[in-house]
Amino acid sequence: MILLRTFPAALGRYWLNSTAAVGNLTLFMLSGLYQIFTTRKIFPRTLQQVYIIGHKSLFVILLIGAFCGMVIGLQGYYTLVQFGSVGMLGSAVSLTLIRELGPVLTAIMLTGRAGSSMAAEIGVMRITDQIDALDVMDISSLAYLVSPRLLASLISFPLLTAIFDVIGIFGGYTTGVLLLNVNEGAYFYRIASSVTMTDIGGGFIKSVVFGLLVTTVCCHQGYNAHHRRDSVGPAAVGNATTSAVVISCVLILVSDYALTSFLL
Amino acid sequence: MQAWDIAFKALHAGYDDYTVLRNINANLPTGKISVILGGSGCGKSTLLRQIIGLSRPLSGAVMIGGKDIFALSHAEFRKMRRQMGVLFQDGALLGALTLAQNVALPLSEHLKLSKALLRKAALRVLRMVGLENFADFYPNQLSGGMRKRAGLARAIITEPRILLCDEPTSGLDPITAARMDALLRSMHTHYQDMTLVVVSHDLASLRAIAQHVLIIKDGSTIFAGTPKAMEASTNPYLQHFLRRETDERNTDTHTPIDANIRASLDKWLES
Repeated sequence: MILLRTFPAALGRYWLNSTAAVGNLTLFMLSGLYQIFTTRKIFPRTLQQVYIIGHKSLFVILLIGAFCGMVIGLQGYYTLVQFGSVGMLGSAVSLTLIRELGPVLTAIMLTGRAGSSMAAEIGVMRITDQIDALDVMDISSLAYLVSPRLLASLISFPLLTAIFDVIGIFGGYTTGVLLLNVNEGAYFYRIASSVTMTDIGGGFIKSVVFGLLVTTVCCHQGYNAHHRRDSVGPAAVGNATTSAVVISCVLILVSDYALTSFLL
Repeated sequence: MQAWDIAFKALHAGYDDYTVLRNINANLPTGKISVILGGSGCGKSTLLRQIIGLSRPLSGAVMIGGKDIFALSHAEFRKMRRQMGVLFQDGALLGALTLAQNVALPLSEHLKLSKALLRKAALRVLRMVGLENFADFYPNQLSGGMRKRAGLARAIITEPRILLCDEPTSGLDPITAARMDALLRSMHTHYQDMTLVVVSHDLASLRAIAQHVLIIKDGSTIFAGTPKAMEASTNPYLQHFLRRETDERNTDTHTPIDANIRASLDKWLES
């Protein structure tokens, strides 16, 4: 009897809280985006964030992109060779990277590399009153902290995804052409003939959406670290960072499925 | 000329469903140094957050210059807040900026001034707090007292009409604390019509700077008036507080340690 009374209430409470959280996150993102257009000094701060999100993540993206392409090249070769279609290796590597793995893996790597740092930095600023200090000085903390990061992500995510794709294709070339003797001309011809602007556009849209999602979630978690119910102080910052990474990764994969459904 | 007095009308404030301040009715006069005094956890900082508008009251009102700040429109409230400078407990300086950049932040964000002029303005207030030689240091390279002084410099760079200081002397050695008090007094001498509100539990500080005192105990006001009237008050809690004596009802709080814990402790200490 008690279960009959409490279960619907708990379910309703969970639903209301979830809806409120999604609404809160959306408003946070929209406010951050809106303030891109209303804030002075957005460009120097955005450049600084492009350096932090983009430049500082470049090496890891190059590394992951190269090895990812090499693995796809290797796996692709041994699968295609069974059907006598080794010549299609270029298509397999490039389409896998441009349509799926490039945007997804870049976003996941950037979540770990830059998103966690955003959540932790903003979280520390929150618990040490720095965000309150900004608001008291009539400096919008959203415009100061979140808007430049959002704009920088809109620039950095697609660029890094493009770099990841190109390096990955050369990774596949290294395995397929240099190590396993696939014909070089066939490899590049297949890339040129199978990759369309729709594929590249799809990858670009995904990277932009992932950039927005990751930055919004990570900034939001840090910004609201003081509202966490599971912890306070430095522990709240730690938990906010963990939540930021986990939620971002889940959202990347869920939205990837949704976007792929629309784009195909 | 507009008055910048602060008044609390039947103010109840707290967090979620926990009430920290109950029915606060008091006035902090314009142009005076008011000290809000009370023991740890009595609600002093919560009261300060209400004045700044960082938290909304559960009920009641905070009036500044006769206007309820929570009834103002967003634009009016922002205009009002521009007249306030706040020194947070640990200075709340932005870790990524140097001291000069931190101090000049309110100017650099709101005004179109050259870098040279901003630095000049920052150095002027840093000189007032004795930190002009540390202008290019980052906050983590400074001591707690220096960070507080830098926070004070940032709070006064816009020459606000209300200066609010949250525990400016807590955690400081007596000499540095006395220097901070002297600094606040000199600020008040320099900006004579500035309403200065200091939240503190430091009696020495209170006696050094206060012109008006508001004492809070367990979230309620127990005294509001001049320091002289406070010293003459017969309120037993106030007398204990001023003489730094414990409340007799709470003196016998010692209970012996649990025998099992003692035994384990002894074993650990001998190991």
